[in-house]
Amino acid sequence: MKKSMKKLAGLGLTLAMAAALTACGGGDKTTETTAGKAAETAAAGETTAGSTAEGTYKLGAIGPITGSTAIYGQAVKNGAELAVNEINAAGGIGGVQIEYNYQDDEGDTEKAVNAYNTLKDWDMQMLVGTVTSAPCIAVGAESSNDNMFQLTPSGSAVDCAKFDNQFRVCFSDPNQGAASAQYIGEHKLATKIAIIYDSSDVYSSGIHDKFLSEAANQGLEIVADEAFTADNNTNFSVQIQKAQDSGAELVFLPIYYSQASLILAQAKQMGFETQFFGCDGLDGLLTVENFDTTLAEDVMLLTPFAADAQDDLTVKFVTAYQEKYGEIPNQFAADAYDAVYAIKAAAEKGGVTPDMDASTICDILKVSMTEISINGLTGENMKWSADGEPDKAPKAVKIVDGVYTAM
Amino acid sequence: MDKSINSKKFHLNKTTRSNLITYGMVIAAYIIVQILVNGGHVTSLMKGLLVPLCIYSIMAVSLNLTVGILGELSLGHAGFMCVGAFSSSLFSLLMLETIPNAGIRFFLAILVGAASAAVAGIIVGIPVLRLRGDYLAIVTLAFGEIIKNVVNVIYLGKDSRGLHISLKNATELNLEEGGQIIINGAMGITGTPKNATFTIGVILILITLFIVLNLINSRSGRAIMSVRDNRIAAESIGINITKYKLMAFAISASLAGVAGVLYSHNLSSLTATQKNFGYNQSIMILVFVVLGGIGNIRGSIISAVILTLLPELLRGFNTYRMLIYAIVLIVMMIFNWAPALIDFRKRHSLKRYFSKNTEEKEAS
Repeated sequence: MKKSMKKLAGLGLTLAMAAALTACGGGDKTTETTAGKAAETAAAGETTAGSTAEGTYKLGAIGPITGSTAIYGQAVKNGAELAVNEINAAGGIGGVQIEYNYQDDEGDTEKAVNAYNTLKDWDMQMLVGTVTSAPCIAVGAESSNDNMFQLTPSGSAVDCAKFDNQFRVCFSDPNQGAASAQYIGEHKLATKIAIIYDSSDVYSSGIHDKFLSEAANQGLEIVADEAFTADNNTNFSVQIQKAQDSGAELVFLPIYYSQASLILAQAKQMGFETQFFGCDGLDGLLTVENFDTTLAEDVMLLTPFAADAQDDLTVKFVTAYQEKYGEIPNQFAADAYDAVYAIKAAAEKGGVTPDMDASTICDILKVSMTEISINGLTGENMKWSADGEPDKAPKAVKIVDGVYTAM
Repeated sequence: MDKSINSKKFHLNKTTRSNLITYGMVIAAYIIVQILVNGGHVTSLMKGLLVPLCIYSIMAVSLNLTVGILGELSLGHAGFMCVGAFSSSLFSLLMLETIPNAGIRFFLAILVGAASAAVAGIIVGIPVLRLRGDYLAIVTLAFGEIIKNVVNVIYLGKDSRGLHISLKNATELNLEEGGQIIINGAMGITGTPKNATFTIGVILILITLFIVLNLINSRSGRAIMSVRDNRIAAESIGINITKYKLMAFAISASLAGVAGVLYSHNLSSLTATQKNFGYNQSIMILVFVVLGGIGNIRGSIISAVILTLLPELLRGFNTYRMLIYAIVLIVMMIFNWAPALIDFRKRHSLKRYFSKNTEEKEAS
């Protein structure tokens, strides 16, 4: 009795599995068609709004909106959405509206590939993403295989722009590391430097490694080189103590702001008063909840975007973003915003039409990306080289009286 | 169908028939999927998920060997997967030029991954399996974290002078011009060739099943289970407890290593994070095993497949999917294992099957 029951249960489950497989195939198609219908209705709405071309562009985006890096993915999601809405309101790319679909990757390589495949099922034509580096590399292998145009707003590892279909908006990690060392060296900020970095984080260790090699060229002396990992990133007293004992004049923090806020607070408690210098990961420091912003006084950071810059573009972006999402945008949101506008510029330059398939669009954009120059939030006259790297100048800002001030 | 024929003709015993059903289930699923893929009925998402499904099925079966058959709780199974993934990926990258044939290279990579994970399993197992109770769970948990953290600080590069290794940073490697960094600390390994396919995955599942099911039904397997059921009794009849425990544990670890090989050769970027090789993953695999039934190999595969598919199928719900996934998990656990519901299912839903069965038996 029991065994036959098991057998039948097993068979039933096999069938259920097969059914699930087919069902999800079918299920996805129905969602596709509904999406298609939504697109049609959207397009119909646009024709009344004065657009002439048929169809829409399908712009996909991937990033983490759950998990430990959700804050960056959420910023990218919002920033890109804002740009898409603005472009659509102004008539779209060459008169064609954009459809936008954002998929969660949880900051995981495997999930990122799943997200990419989901977007492919949705007939995505261009991809903004992914937000974090390791997933970006994994998706890159797939997108280059499919010849899908990929522009990552914030994937800063070198390999994120490895293939010719991949471009990025942010600086690469080595670029930031080298630029930081050069900036400190050229402005004679300090000669004895301590570093506290996250050895388990790609971004942090990428900057750290390049900083070390460039520091030697700049005549900087690394007196303490202390690492922590994602598993013990709440108590930094050991690292701070070592930095203090080494007599460092400047502490370089190539890390994200959540840990930096703790380091600043703990350094203050331990009576370690020194100069802190960081990269774009520190952007967001002033918005940490319950963080005493006086602790961040005089902290310097190298970032392409400062939310309180006074140029028209930034002011407009920050106001719109705050109105819609109720928070001050960080650099990730700005990168994503620029990414969407870069795609718009490149698509218009290359004469892309929405009836082209992803591969054709990619071939056109690969060329036209190198021909455009846009004034974005994260840099003026941004240009791209064929290897996917952006050409823009890093800006250093200093926190004075609780606000970023350009240096 | 073939099972009933088998049973009629050869009067197979209960376990052999049950095993054949398990193999048949995998093969049937493979054939169905292949037909659907060839017919173009499968979405890109599903195609992308086929290899992960194989990976997690193998993981679940291998963990079931430790938890269900050996009766020890291992919370660091993802650590063995990590060992397999990194060692095989390293092998593939080093041999990229030496062995140009992808098939042979991947075959050797699987062996390398399985062997290194087995070695890791033995190293952990020797001191720990002598202990009793929950110590194994604690030590394996620690082991998984140690592996993940060690992998995150290894820098390994290759140039004309040979291999260089450092635990500090990439510049310490002192590579020559044109040297290639293979393991780059937290950035892991990039550019592993994508050799894993669904067919290879299914073959590996079948091999895993073959190893595990045969082990269970062998003399050694009975010894292992006797250790699980009553350690003192087993010892008193002269069974070498440590030997059999270590045997099961090492086999389980090496199979996890095989899953790791598939994992690393499916994605071009391999990093050891909390998400993929941390204890979250280990516990996720334990969930597959518990849901599928501890000691029930077939159940492990089914639950691994369902629970891997579920979050992807729920993508339509956006961020709510995490919540829904958790609720579905709770409901499934209750449905499967709550005593009241087990009674309920016995009384109601399977009644029809019972009557059919008796008919079948009468007919035969």
